[in-house]
Amino acid sequence: MATVVFTPNLRRHVECATETVEGSTVRAVLDVVFAQNPRLRGYVLDDQDGLRRHMSVFVDGEQITDREHLSDPVRPASEVYVMQALSGG
Amino acid sequence: MHTLLISTRKGLFEAEATGGSYGVTRGHFIGDNVTIAMADPRGGWYAALDHGHFGVKLHRSDDKGATWTEIATPAYPKQPEGVVEKNFWGKERTWATALIWSLAPALDKDGALWCGTIPGGLFRSEDRGATWAIVESLWFHEQRPKWGGGGKDDAGIHSICVDPRDPRTVVVGVSIGGVWRTRDAGATWTNTAHGMRAEYVPPELTRDGIAQDVHCLVQCASDPTAWWVQHHNGIFRSTDDMATWTEVENARPSVFGFPVVVDPSDPNTAWFAPAIKDEKRIPVDGKLVISRTRDGGQSFESLSKGLPDAFAYDLVYRHGLALAPDGVLAFGSTTGNVFASPDRGESWNVVSNYLPPVHAVTFA
Repeated sequence: MATVVFTPNLRRHVECATETVEGSTVRAVLDVVFAQNPRLRGYVLDDQDGLRRHMSVFVDGEQITDREHLSDPVRPASEVYVMQALSGG
Repeated sequence: MHTLLISTRKGLFEAEATGGSYGVTRGHFIGDNVTIAMADPRGGWYAALDHGHFGVKLHRSDDKGATWTEIATPAYPKQPEGVVEKNFWGKERTWATALIWSLAPALDKDGALWCGTIPGGLFRSEDRGATWAIVESLWFHEQRPKWGGGGKDDAGIHSICVDPRDPRTVVVGVSIGGVWRTRDAGATWTNTAHGMRAEYVPPELTRDGIAQDVHCLVQCASDPTAWWVQHHNGIFRSTDDMATWTEVENARPSVFGFPVVVDPSDPNTAWFAPAIKDEKRIPVDGKLVISRTRDGGQSFESLSKGLPDAFAYDLVYRHGLALAPDGVLAFGSTTGNVFASPDRGESWNVVSNYLPPVHAVTFA
């Protein structure tokens, strides 16, 4: 089971506790989380189901490369971090 | 008296009238970017938030702001594989809600709503925002991909006018894309910007209905054949239900601005927030005024009693000027100043000098 951790900055807007879920790709594990927490989906993905422009996902310390289809592999013991760039004013 | 809802870069604020003048009384979503709010006369307040990294969200209150619930955000249909749209700047246009730019009650059905967005999609909800569907007839209209961005990268729908004679007739204003009307609740659309003039395109496109950068579009409630537009390079008026538009050439102190408000009981009376066109976008001579015509654009007067008369650099955005049913006029600026006039602009009182930059004001 992979562990999925969301940036604490998201918690101000939507509940997103750390989860352990099954899945062999980033898309698969996130789909499991979003199925349980549908409102969270729109905060992480855009209308085309790709990663929002200023969001990033790391799997075991490596930033994913497929931001559109989220096909990067996830192993059973992987840690998946959903982060965002910090900017604004 | 009506509650003034002020949408700002750092929250939504309410102002109430006490002792004849308005003051800020309550804030919501403090710290978050509230881009527009709408009070549905049938009930319900709506607030659009732009969380930046986390996207655009929509909230509704059924108890006049005591509590808020996040509702669905209008979402674009899946982009067909291999279809790449490029905007005016040659950049790829993603089919995704970048900004909620207008909200209006769809008065043909209880609980129904219209929502205009950037990059140009019009959405309709049948259930007070629980779900949304894009108006496909407009999004897939053959001319829609030609709409262009003005200040933004992509085009957007900022004005939605539901016809008081027939709620199935709806008119939207697009920056940049002109004016579009449906008479069948959104099944078919026609460009109705005939007579407008765009001075920022090559000569052969000057009169093109799609090239018109409409900043704000309003319809007179008591005379629905009368329309006003604040346009990027001037003010236009129609008195024949948009068969033709006529340029109002003698606007003072300038022809540039974003908002326009028409008197619902008098099609000849309208208010504007003039600024120096168009790169500077500041009040003429640093003197903040609201301008008004009462003769259909033949003449304009500058209304400035109570407003700063020097070193003021407030810009009033397209949704930043509003008229209440009881005649109170209010506006908010990028400087965070909000003023209200109890007498339709003759004199102004400060509502606040300390708010974040104001995107929009409306009366509930």
